[in-house]
Amino acid sequence: MNTFYFIAFLSIFFSILVITAKNPVHSILYLILTFFTFTIHYILLNAQFLAIVNFIVYMGAILVLFLYTLMLMNLNKGSEQPKSNLIKFAAVIGGGCFLITIVAALKAFGASNPVILKDPSLGLVKNLGKVLFNEYLLPFEISSVLLLSAMVGAVLLATKDTKTAA
Amino acid sequence: MENLTHTLLAVPLNHYIILSTIIFSIGVMGVLVRRNAIVIFMSVELMLNAVNLLLAAFSVYNGDASGQVFVFFIMALAAAEVAVGLAIIVMIYRNTNSIDINVLNRLKW
Repeated sequence: MNTFYFIAFLSIFFSILVITAKNPVHSILYLILTFFTFTIHYILLNAQFLAIVNFIVYMGAILVLFLYTLMLMNLNKGSEQPKSNLIKFAAVIGGGCFLITIVAALKAFGASNPVILKDPSLGLVKNLGKVLFNEYLLPFEISSVLLLSAMVGAVLLATKDTKTAA
Repeated sequence: MENLTHTLLAVPLNHYIILSTIIFSIGVMGVLVRRNAIVIFMSVELMLNAVNLLLAAFSVYNGDASGQVFVFFIMALAAAEVAVGLAIIVMIYRNTNSIDINVLNRLKW
């Protein structure tokens, strides 16, 4: 049980570092650490499939994509001038209002039941595969169309158009 | 492995909700504070992941595997979103030589 609180502390700590780091490359590296703590959360929930997918897709693919973009465009100069203190204050107020609303709503509900895994095979690949290919077969196929269109769109956007020269 | 997770899982559901809310609001603050478009994108990823964790926790809490399938779909969506978004950022950088979002204030009207 204490493991959860330790990992939760690490998640919050690293995610604060993500938005406060001056250098964007450091931000991405902290984001990788944050996602690693999320993977540990999934393992604690015995959601092994999600842990592996989070590890491979998020930490392996998406963040490497971020890092490549940043390094290929040579943007890691850290030349971003910060916003004014008023805007920072307003942003913290805005985020804090959401946080306080949810926490107050939870307090109003009182104590909650502990999260207990009744069926240990819930998050395993075998069980999830059966659910995915029985109940969610159509959304699964549609998501492949989504990925294809995203790929086409990304290539179309990022290619240099010589004729129109936007 | 099963015994390990059984002893570890005695965390109240509220604590999962509070953790996800904190990380989500950190993402909101990141979007509002930063000016670098890529860091704003990373904050959006942070928000998506907070929701993912909460869906997984609810799924375990209710003993229903649908929540984890939804997390899988959200991950596919996030991959698509990142691909298109980074392509847009590359185009912005080519056109304006900067990824500061204040350059984009011509989109305001």
